[in-house]
Amino acid sequence: MLVFGAAVVINRNPVASALSLVVSFLGLAALFMSLDAYFVGIIQVLVYAGAVMVLFLFIIMLLDLRVEKLRKINWVATTGGAVVALALLIQIFYVVGNFKPASQPFPPLTRSTIDDVHNIGSLLFSSYNLPFQVIGVLVLVATVGVVVLSKRELR
Amino acid sequence: MVTLGDYLLVSGMLFTIGFAGVMVRRNIVIILMSLELMLNAANLSLVAFSRFRVQPGGLPNYSAQVFVFFIITVAAAEVAVGLAIIVALYRARQTTHVDDINSLKF
Repeated sequence: MLVFGAAVVINRNPVASALSLVVSFLGLAALFMSLDAYFVGIIQVLVYAGAVMVLFLFIIMLLDLRVEKLRKINWVATTGGAVVALALLIQIFYVVGNFKPASQPFPPLTRSTIDDVHNIGSLLFSSYNLPFQVIGVLVLVATVGVVVLSKRELR
Repeated sequence: MVTLGDYLLVSGMLFTIGFAGVMVRRNIVIILMSLELMLNAANLSLVAFSRFRVQPGGLPNYSAQVFVFFIITVAAAEVAVGLAIIVALYRARQTTHVDDINSLKF
C-alpha cells in the first residue's frame, strides 16, 4: 500500500498516478478490514476506488494531460519539500515511539458477531444527528457549486 | 503481534507521502491526489484507535468510525469541487501546472 502511495507521487504520468492511487486505497481498505471495521472498509472501496477514481480519471482524460514534458526540476523546491517531509516523518516516529499504548497489542473483541453497520447507523441518527444533517447540507452545497462552476461563461 | 504503534506508523508514513506530494509535485491534479492520501492516513489512525479502545460491551468505539464516515463524505465533496475548479482553471489558462498560475489577477 505504501509502495503504491509513493508511486502516486513519483509517477510522471497522471493516469499511472491515479491507478496507483486506486491500488493504494484498496490496500487501505484491507487494513480497515483487518481492524474489524468492515463498514468503513466497504465504504472506502465504494467511494474512493469507485466514485472518486472515476472522477479523477475522467478529468485526466477530459483535460488530455499527457506525460509531463520534462520540465527543469526545481531542485530547491524539491529538496526543500523532501527535507520538510523527512523531518515530519522523524517526528512521527519519535512521537509514536514515546507513546505508551502504542506498544500494546489490540484487546480482543469479546462479541462474536460484529454488526457495525447497525451500530454506526444508530450512532449516526442519535448522538451525531446534527452533524449528519450538516453533512447533508454540505453535499447539497457542493453539488450546486460544481454545477455553477462547470457552467460555461456565467455572464 | 500487531500493535497499535504499527498502524500509527503506517498512517504516519502515508501522511508523509501525501505531504511530500503536495510539497514537491507541481501538477495540480497530483496535488489533489496527495491531499486524498493525507485524509486517508488520518482515517487509518482513527480506525486504529477505534479498534484499540474496546468498550465494555466488547465492541470497538464506533464514534471514531462515524467520524471516518464524515471525513470520507467531506473528502468526496471536496474532490468534486476541486476537480470542477481545475476544469474551470484549465478552460481559462490551458494549464494544470501551478507555476504557470502564480498571478492573482489576469
